[in-house]
Amino acid sequence: MDTRLDTAPRQDDPERTAPRAVEPSQSLDPKSPVARFGPDRPLLTDAGVRLAPFQIAYQTAGTLNADRSNAVLICHALTGDQHFAHTHPLTGKSGWWETLVGPGKPVDTDRYFVVCSNVVGSCMGTTGPASIDPATDRPYGLDFPMVTIRDMVRAQAMLLDHLGIDSLFLCIGGSMGGMQVLQWAALYPERVFAAMPIATGARHSAQNIAFHEVGRQAIMADPAWADGRYLEEGTRPAKGLGVARMGAHITYLSEPALHRKFGRRFQGGSAPTFSFNADFQIESYLRHQGLSFVERFDANAYLYLTRAMDYFDLAEDHGGALANAFRGTKTRFCVISFTSDWLFPTADSRVIVHALNAAAAPVAFVEVETDKGHDAFLLDEPAMFAAARGFIDAAARARGL
Amino acid sequence: MSARQNHTHPWEAAEAAPRENTGARVDHLLMLDLVPAGARVLDIGCGDGALLALLRDRRGVDGRGIELSREGVNACLARGLPVIQGDADTDLENYPDGAFDVVLMSQTIQATRQPREVLEHLLRIGRHVIISFPNFGHWRVRTELALRGRMPVTDLMPDAWYETANIHHCTIRDFVGLCRILGAKIETAAALDSRGRAMRFALPWWVWNMFGAQGVFLLSKEGREG
Repeated sequence: MDTRLDTAPRQDDPERTAPRAVEPSQSLDPKSPVARFGPDRPLLTDAGVRLAPFQIAYQTAGTLNADRSNAVLICHALTGDQHFAHTHPLTGKSGWWETLVGPGKPVDTDRYFVVCSNVVGSCMGTTGPASIDPATDRPYGLDFPMVTIRDMVRAQAMLLDHLGIDSLFLCIGGSMGGMQVLQWAALYPERVFAAMPIATGARHSAQNIAFHEVGRQAIMADPAWADGRYLEEGTRPAKGLGVARMGAHITYLSEPALHRKFGRRFQGGSAPTFSFNADFQIESYLRHQGLSFVERFDANAYLYLTRAMDYFDLAEDHGGALANAFRGTKTRFCVISFTSDWLFPTADSRVIVHALNAAAAPVAFVEVETDKGHDAFLLDEPAMFAAARGFIDAAARARGL
Repeated sequence: MSARQNHTHPWEAAEAAPRENTGARVDHLLMLDLVPAGARVLDIGCGDGALLALLRDRRGVDGRGIELSREGVNACLARGLPVIQGDADTDLENYPDGAFDVVLMSQTIQATRQPREVLEHLLRIGRHVIISFPNFGHWRVRTELALRGRMPVTDLMPDAWYETANIHHCTIRDFVGLCRILGAKIETAAALDSRGRAMRFALPWWVWNMFGAQGVFLLSKEGREG
């Protein structure tokens, strides 16, 4: 049968050659540097919890200059990680933002010291629901405190303190990473010289919350989820998490992109099989996306991080007026959106731009024409690179770099 | 700005610095002369940012821009200018009252859908407005229409009727009329001839309307302190 999600991927699938995941929690061996914070340095969360001890897994590229003025913080998206320019330890794939970051790239690792940390609540080495709760000696599961975008940013600030970086030359990220960039600029304006929020919004829309809820319910409906105790039960809610990923993945693309890549083409021939097999290429592709995702991501972490995005509403945190979040800021901003992004449409970026204008902040804004949808920020988009290069180079001149 | 108002010939300075020596457009140099040092400036339809960069480098202004084309925005980004991709017809309403000392609009108002609303916004957003536009009353335009019966194509209006972005042409006198309707105070005005030089003397409107290829106006809202 070829009708369920746990079908083996196609033979020509590059994932087949990749190493298999041993355990969803990478906490013990994240294959990257780790900063550990003891009981004396807890993370004080928005939910009123003192998270301690905890750890942050991160990666760096480039060299910090003598003035410590050339640091760039990359904020990763929902299911991203710290391996922005490094081979992924589980999938064997190259860094997720090597299109934008690297030697000679717009975020030039020959000139800047680039840091990216796994967000708190995730599962690639930073403390999250798959980590061991020191109070019980078993995985946190749903005992892990709810975290917010602001908690992620607070944790990142603690990491920068740990690395001796007082002020960031640039804070950049897309999607949930863009939310963190906005939160950085609002929470620590004096620590951010330039900010690039890409394909993001100052709050999560009702539609986006709705999509996330479908994903969460898919995970929780999987009996293997076991009320979040699957690590102890020795099971994994792979089907639920796979379905969640399939649904979410659709929102990262666009109809024109799906049509261009798959259309209505059949997978193994030209005729329907009159079954629920993955007849269509798009079905096979989505199943593959779901399968490969469950090998590298923890289901509970997915619940927590989607929730953090849902709770994000920067205007609400500032008396209902987004401009208040940026009042008096000296940070220079470059906001980028994509024409075919319907998850964080250009209108969301314009809300940010208008608020920055109202706060008299220096802001540039570019809408990139593309049919690649939300995921365009991760892809080869020359128009985005040109805008990023122009903005970053000019900011570097202003910073004296 | 008020001191500058009494400047005897604000245009002469620009004329004294011709294009060859500076590489800057004469109408840009005229506008430069009207903008006080250190002012907060919004340039609407800022193109590649040449004027904003000039204002930043020569006048030390805090300049912002709005530009429709992504190519233009990217050129501005490369100059380090905070410019947003946007549309004068739809985006001006989001700017607070009096947010800028000077709002600039160079050769753009005739390409907007709602010139009257746009000009109202300019007067609301900026304490002063500097605006330039091609004069449809120029003698060459009139000649083209009257004698040849063809829509004019000039240096300032280079595109044929079927592909031009200019959908709301006006003459200098028409523009003065709109200023009256909106209660805009004309602080200074000038006409540039077809070679981009300021017409030397404060001639009557009808002469400018005949011989000025473009009009450049410094406006403020009537009744507001300058």
